[in-house]
Amino acid sequence: MLGLGADRLWADMNRLLALLFHQGVLDEQFVQLQQLQDESSPNFVCEVVTIYFHESEKLLKNLRGLLMEREFSDYKKMGIHLNQFMGSSSSIGAKRVRNVCVAFRAASEQNNRAGCLRALELLEHEYCYLKNKLHELFHIEQQRLLAAGVRYPMQN
Amino acid sequence: MSSTNTENWMKDIGVVDLTGVGGGSTSAATKITALVVDDDSVNQTIHSKMLENLGIQNQVETIFDLILMDMDMPVMNGIEATRKLREMGVRSIIAGVSTCTRDEREQKEFMEAGLDDFQEKPLTTPKLVSILHKLNKKC
Repeated sequence: MLGLGADRLWADMNRLLALLFHQGVLDEQFVQLQQLQDESSPNFVCEVVTIYFHESEKLLKNLRGLLMEREFSDYKKMGIHLNQFMGSSSSIGAKRVRNVCVAFRAASEQNNRAGCLRALELLEHEYCYLKNKLHELFHIEQQRLLAAGVRYPMQN
Repeated sequence: MSSTNTENWMKDIGVVDLTGVGGGSTSAATKITALVVDDDSVNQTIHSKMLENLGIQNQVETIFDLILMDMDMPVMNGIEATRKLREMGVRSIIAGVSTCTRDEREQKEFMEAGLDDFQEKPLTTPKLVSILHKLNKKC
């Protein structure tokens, strides 16, 4: 018997992906990202998402830093961070994160500090959820690859 | 996208001759070079991979056939960068890429700066192929 564990894990992966699409956490762009992965870049999706996490956490820290300033008024700088966050989220298919960025940017354009704070909290929540789920997905994928490599000893 | 679809698109725009043994070789006459101008590492990585999968070289020091220009960059935005490149006499195909166009006026300004094409992010392979068709026509 070969790879029964791998088959089950493959099903688990697909179920999780289906859930994330259904919840609107991910969109079609994530599929586009998966389709860029090939033999020359077998970990491409994981690598890109890792860059996304690293950059996103810097942006979230910058956004929180700006809003916590006593005399905060640099909405233009906030807009620049949000544009970048929107762009990268959009590129990996992080639909809900992107949508919160849109609402956040609208509040920023109105110089609405309270609105921005609310949006930031929601953004941090959505980002955390996305990160946890993608980590779960990659973990299942790792387990699947290991299981697919399992060979049961032949009986003589 | 399956590898078959990628090959069809590549043949369609004349980028790669796939008739050779072992996947074929790039025709010298149709070799395209591109530059990705984007301040975001995620987009740089994704756009470079898309170009690589289409057999297009993403290089730093060369004359580029194609420049993918992000609009939203902090120090010099894409509109200004495009204008400067055209003033310098750069004749590459410049395709603007933006997260979203807040209004038509901004997109118009971007086009008037000297773009040959404009696509909204997220950039996908079909959108990139559409840009490359323009490059083919220009050549």
